[in-house]
Amino acid sequence: MHRSRVSRLATIAGLTGLGCLAVGPLGLLVVNSVGRHWYWPALLPQEWSLRAWRYVASPEAGLIDALATSLMIALVVATLSVMVALPAGRALALHHVRYRRALVFVLLLPVLAPPLAATMGLHAVFLRLGLADSLAGVLLVHLVPAVPYATLMLAGSFANFDPLWESQARTLGAGSWSMWTRVTLPAVMPGIAVAAAFAFMISWSQYLLTLLIGGGRVITLPLFLVGFVRSGDEAVGAAVSLLFIAPTIVLFTVVARLLRET
Amino acid sequence: MVKPPGDQRATRAPTVLMLAPVLMVVVGLFGAGLGAAFLESIGAEGANPAWTPTAEHYLAVLRDREFRAALGLTFWIATATTLVSTVLGIALALILVGLVRGRQTAYVLLQVPLGIPHLAIAVGFVTLLAPSGWVARGMFALGLIGAPSDFPALVYDGYGIGIILAYVVKEAPFVAVVSSALLLRLDEEYLSVARTLGASSWQQFRHVTWPLIAPGVASAALMVFAFVFAAFDTPFLLGRPYPSMLSVVAQRRYLSIELADRPVALAMALIMTALAASVVWAYVRMPGSSLGRERPAVF
Repeated sequence: MHRSRVSRLATIAGLTGLGCLAVGPLGLLVVNSVGRHWYWPALLPQEWSLRAWRYVASPEAGLIDALATSLMIALVVATLSVMVALPAGRALALHHVRYRRALVFVLLLPVLAPPLAATMGLHAVFLRLGLADSLAGVLLVHLVPAVPYATLMLAGSFANFDPLWESQARTLGAGSWSMWTRVTLPAVMPGIAVAAAFAFMISWSQYLLTLLIGGGRVITLPLFLVGFVRSGDEAVGAAVSLLFIAPTIVLFTVVARLLRET
Repeated sequence: MVKPPGDQRATRAPTVLMLAPVLMVVVGLFGAGLGAAFLESIGAEGANPAWTPTAEHYLAVLRDREFRAALGLTFWIATATTLVSTVLGIALALILVGLVRGRQTAYVLLQVPLGIPHLAIAVGFVTLLAPSGWVARGMFALGLIGAPSDFPALVYDGYGIGIILAYVVKEAPFVAVVSSALLLRLDEEYLSVARTLGASSWQQFRHVTWPLIAPGVASAALMVFAFVFAAFDTPFLLGRPYPSMLSVVAQRRYLSIELADRPVALAMALIMTALAASVVWAYVRMPGSSLGRERPAVF
């Protein structure tokens, strides 16, 4: 009796704590973005205003351009990553791969450790090739962490795929194309969506690699955000933060649902 | 008929061909970048073909006071984050799995921090934990402190407390997601046997649950350590100028106007990569690591 009440209390405390951790900072950002004067020690802003949002929406702020650049880069990176990673993910999951452990290692390294040294080296190479300070260079360097991540995700998804389904389709007279579109793709589609979403989010949130290769010429949303945080305008910083995290939260929720269904 | 191992030979494309596009990215971009960085770090100069390899930049790094301070701080932050996130993550997972009602809600809440990039969490933490931040205002309202200067330094502090907290918000849910998957796969029989034999809750966890989930949890913890060790965004926004974490020091030296700082910055970044790589290698060799099952929160 006593123990069940303790565990109920722990549950409620845990859920509340989790809720505060998850939703608290978000709420704070919303309040911050519409606050005007918010001096110590007021818990809420003394005055409310849409100044930050009006500024963010104005063309001269440059946010719309940064948003478009970020979106374009992330969409291209996500598409390319999945296309490049799809065959490799299958091979990793279903084939006998020699040096498999070494391969997983070189895939995981740029994922877990941001490729700082490699990007510095690439910068020198890109300077010679004319790719430094360019959109193409930034796209290429975003592939360095995104492609391995997508490969590992797709390998995980192909691990549940039985190649015998394809043989059965063949036996029933399906050609390569219809086998692919009717058997293989539908089976791994959730995995493809998850891999694309993660590649998108890796590119979308990239600050360091964009700064080093883009040289301040390619302005994405994270660069814009850091600029405002550094300048000390908290309201605009909060508004930009909200625009920055809105797509990632939506994408992640979709991904979480997809993963639970598979 | 016996099921053939993996793909059938007749329809199977050569493995090397299927891996080739990814290898082009990994070798052609990542490998080439590392190679170029290494060459410059041992003294190569782009246009000058007559150069001799030198270890002077590495020796300069090892002698560098800022580097040694950064190395210590980096180890401390990565270790503390890993320990706190692991313990908290397991606790969250145990609560989550024990829930009869509300498990779905709790699971969704757990995913929210995972969907927020580290950069945004760091921005939020400045507002939350700064001396005149929201937590300090709350403590003032409760009469716990009298002025912003009474509030303990949690951001831009010497021990990286703000950095650790910002990481834990994201890494504890990651460990919790991995652990709850492990707990749900656990065979209930073991626990009921332990209960029948009169084991307490703690004894059940210590002698039944923990040994069964430990390999998986340990591999998740290694992932957290490797990531925090080399990550940049959070210490960049929440750290103080000195001492900084390794990635921040390397980046600052790289962008310095002193041209002589560049090879030193590269040597530093390579040393950091090598240390992170040894942790990743340990992860790859772990029996508990499962390919593509764990989705580390790397953005």
